[in-house]
This record gives sequence, structure tokens and C-alpha cells, in this order.
Amino acid sequence: MTALTPGRARAIRLAIAVRLEPLAERWRAFSATRGGGLVARTLGTNAAWIFLLLVALMVIFDILAPGKFLTEFNVRTMAENVSVLLVIAVGETFVMATGGIDLSVGYVLLFSGVTSAQVMNWGGHDPTDSGWDVVLLGLVVALGSGLAWGVLNGLVVAKAKVPPLIATLGTLGMSWGLAEILSNGQDLRYLPRIIGDMGAGRVFDEVPYVVVVAALVAVVGAVMLNMTRFGRYTLAIGSNQEAARRAGINVDRHLIKVYAMSGMLAGFAAFMSLAIFTTTTISGHANDNLQAIAAVVIGGTSLVGGVATVVGTTIGVCIPMVLFSGFTILGYQSFWRDVAVGAVLILAVYADQMRRRRRERS
Amino acid sequence: MAQPLLQARGIVKHYGHVEALRGCDFDVYPNEIVALIGDNGAGKSTLIKILAGSEQADEGEITLEGRRIHVGSPFEAMRLGIETVYQDLALAPDLDGSANLYLGRELMRPGLLGRLGFLDNGAMRAGARQAFGELGVDLQNAQSAVANLSGGQRQSVAVARSVAWASKVVFLDEPTAALGVVQTGRVLETVRRIRERGVAAVLISHNMRQVLEVADRIEVMRLGRRVARFEGKKATIEQLVSAMTGGIAEEGAA
Repeated sequence: MTALTPGRARAIRLAIAVRLEPLAERWRAFSATRGGGLVARTLGTNAAWIFLLLVALMVIFDILAPGKFLTEFNVRTMAENVSVLLVIAVGETFVMATGGIDLSVGYVLLFSGVTSAQVMNWGGHDPTDSGWDVVLLGLVVALGSGLAWGVLNGLVVAKAKVPPLIATLGTLGMSWGLAEILSNGQDLRYLPRIIGDMGAGRVFDEVPYVVVVAALVAVVGAVMLNMTRFGRYTLAIGSNQEAARRAGINVDRHLIKVYAMSGMLAGFAAFMSLAIFTTTTISGHANDNLQAIAAVVIGGTSLVGGVATVVGTTIGVCIPMVLFSGFTILGYQSFWRDVAVGAVLILAVYADQMRRRRRERS
Repeated sequence: MAQPLLQARGIVKHYGHVEALRGCDFDVYPNEIVALIGDNGAGKSTLIKILAGSEQADEGEITLEGRRIHVGSPFEAMRLGIETVYQDLALAPDLDGSANLYLGRELMRPGLLGRLGFLDNGAMRAGARQAFGELGVDLQNAQSAVANLSGGQRQSVAVARSVAWASKVVFLDEPTAALGVVQTGRVLETVRRIRERGVAAVLISHNMRQVLEVADRIEVMRLGRRVARFEGKKATIEQLVSAMTGGIAEEGAA
């Protein structure tokens, strides 16, 4: 490839933008006239724009760092790095679809990872050569820990009527503190070899298992949200809780289920994190909650509930990762990602507000 | 006249020291639109809430088709075939018309998928098309979120939702309060069609002209009691206003 001057890069970026714009316009017009079909409905919304943004970012980084960004290695690394976040973001999507928020996910993940690792290290024995029974026990403990925190969140929100922001801020502190107390702040580094093998394993020697598993979670989440009664109730509650109640939906019970699901997915993500890093990574989850929430919001889920797509969330998880990787490869400080994600977050919420205001005026 | 479909006798309701209903009577006959009118604070909304199950009466009895009933909750009312269209539109604005029509009563896919919780959206859409069609509700795009509809269309969806499930009585509390002239006309047309389905409609309204236009009968409340009853076609606005404001003697005393 020929040398890339700043001027040329700008010209290329402009050319891409000019070409993508009418395409997006045509697609919106098309999906508006059709109005039907799952694909058209999903892509007719914010998700289409977010997807175009993701593609544009990847193209730009590929142009600016030819042969470095879109390599097999880098794409695989990015996919692996978003897989844990995607799993908790799917749970967060359901919570936010009800008009709530779950701040506790990253620390519930941490707590679940610690309890799971400790159970596998029970009695101080080295579990490196332990078999599937110990691994399975570790998985059950991780899921159970997450589920317990999730149910607590749900009870506090639905029954005690504590606003979700405060309820999950409370359990954030509790799960964080307990995780530090249980672990003495020390990472547990001895885990069954089988777990590490799972974390490092790849399908066809190409796609990491964890990426496949995270994708499966996202697919199941998308199907649940769009095609099942559980998803319908989730959106109905977020759209108008009183209407859902009057329609005979047991709103409290459903909210508990949704928070429980978010907690359990955080527990599952904890197990995936153990598999990838073969340690509890105690200091590594400080921003998981905000990253998950940012991903959900960037993906077009409304902050006030009622509108949500798992497809959008999946793209919303990828955009910060692409920015992080791109900035790092280009030699900028990776903190530019945080700046960019913050700006995109505000834009996404602004777009949602505009949409609502337009709607209310009609 | 035939036996009343729904009958309330001597309903009393206190809120602390305030006596909202003081031995109120009310009758709904099969296949009619009956308007319930009265000044602010006359107790109309309280009476409707009691009949629809969202409030409990302190005294009095309610009968449905001659049998005494206890309406302990809105769900019990729904089971009895009594539905209510609330003033504040109990719709989920982000969901489409069909999802709202079937909210809480979703149709599930047959077999295993249904047991797994999968919705039968096709069947619900077909059912919604039919229900909206019968009531003359014209939705250009049935799959558009309810929030994207006009106020009148939204109200029509709310009315259709209640009518579709009601087998006996539909209560409509100020269904046209927030609507323009054209939209009001459309909702009233929908109310008229309720009667054609063999269901009685109870319309609470402040708009006398509207009441005279659509109601078969008019019952007037004042200070927690029924004070007068009129045939819809024979009454005049002057008569109604005079009954509402105490210009004529109470029904019981007459």
C-alpha cells in the first residue's frame, strides 16, 4: 500500500462518509415503508446507525494502520476481550429495558469469581490437576453467587421499592467489599488446568471458545427479548409499568427475574474470566459496570426503558474495543477510547431523547 | 324494561371523613350506551372504580345478570367480563397495537415452543387486525409503536383493547378528554360499535352535547347519589344541567 499522508487519509474518510450516508438513508426509507420483518425492524432503528459506525471505524483504522489493525490476530484478540463484557451487557440490556439499571454487575462478577476459585481451592489443595467434577462445582458456585446477588437486587428494587440506581449501588459496595474480604485482596492463581484449556481453546483452531460462548449468550438473549413472553413483559414494564400491572402482569416477580438473570450472567461471565485469565483478576473489573451500561446505551436501548435490542448491545460492546485497539496501534494513548466512548454515549442518549421528543409532538 | 345487566344498590364509600358515595344506585342494561354524568366530586369516578374492582365499597351490593357478585380486584372484574378504559391510557407506548391488545393475554406458539415461552405474533397480529377492523380503528401501520400514533388512534387502541376482552360491560372514563374534534368523533364511533357487539358501554363525560349524541340512557349523580335518569333522545342540556346542580328533586325523594 502506498504511503498515507494526513491529507489523503482525510479525503478517504470523507469519501467513506459520503458513500455511507445515502446508503443509510435508503435503508431507513426502505425499512420504513416495509415496516415488517424482524431484520428490517431491528436494522431500521438505531442499531443500523451504530453498525455503520462500527464498520466505518474499522475501515478508518484499517486505512490509517494498514496491515496492522484488521489482522487475524488483532480481530481475534478484540473478540476475546469483548466476550466477558458482552455476557454481562446482555443481562444489563434486559435490566435497562425495564427502565432500571444494574450498577453491581462488575463487582458481582468479581465476587462470583472469588467464591468460585475458592471453592475449587477448598482445603488449600492445589486444584491444577483436578477433574471435571471440581470444574463443574466451580461453575455452579459462580452461577449461584451471581444469581444470589441478582435476586437480592430484584427483591430490593421490586419489593422494597428502592430505586435501581441506589439498590445496585448498595450491592455493588457489598459484593466488592465481601470479595476483598474473602480473598484478602490476593488473587487466587491456582485453578484446574481444564479451565485454562477451555479459556485458551479454539474452534477449528481459529475462534476462541469464549467468543463462541458469548455469541451464543447474545443469540439466546436476542431470541428471548424479541420472541418470548419474557421479553415482551420486560419491554412492556419498561414502557409503562402501570399498564403492565393493569394488564395482569406480575410486575414485581418479573423484575426479580430480570435482575436475577443479570446477576446470573455476571456469575457466568466470572467463570469465563477465570478461564481466560486463569486467575481472579481482582483489580480488573472496576469499570465493567460502566462499560456494560455504555455498550447497552450506545446500542440503542432507551435509558427510560421500553426499547432495547441485543444486536445493538453487541455492536455497542464492540465499538469501544475497536477504538481502544485502533488508538493503541496508532500509538495514541488508549485513554482516547474513554474520551471517544464518553462522547458517543452522550450522542446516543441525545438521539434517543430527540426520537422521543419527535414522537411526543406528533 | 329488561332485567339490568349490572346493578348497584346502596353503595357507600368513605375516604376518612369524606363520604364519596352515599347510598348510590346505578343500572346498566344489556346492549346500551349509558352515560354517567355529574359535577366534579359527584362520585362518578369512585363508583366506576368500585364497579371495576379497583376500590372496595363499604356498603351496598352489586349484581351481574341478577347474581350478586364481589369484585375484589380489577382482575376479578376482567374475569367477569367487565373491562375499563382508563383516563390515562393504560398502554405500553413502545409496543405495537397488537402487542398492546394482547398484553397480559398473549397467544403462545403451539407445542414445545409455546411451553418455552415463544409468542405467536402472527396469530396475535391477525387477531388484532380483526378486532381493530370490527371497531373501525384504522391503523396504517399495525406494527408501529403505539406512541407513533395520533392521540385519537391511541385512545381507539385502548378502547379496542378493553372491548375485545369485555363480554359484558366496558367502562370508559372521559375517553375523549384530551382529543380534538375529529379524533373525538372517531372514538365515539368506536363506542357505538361496542353496542353492536352485544356489550354495554358506560361513558363518563363532561361534554353534554357528546352525551346526548351517543347515549341511549343518561344517569345523573350529585353528592354521592343518583339523582335522575333520562332517555338519551328525550333529554335536553337544560334538564341535565339542572339535575347535576340540584335544580330538581332527588330521585329517591320524588
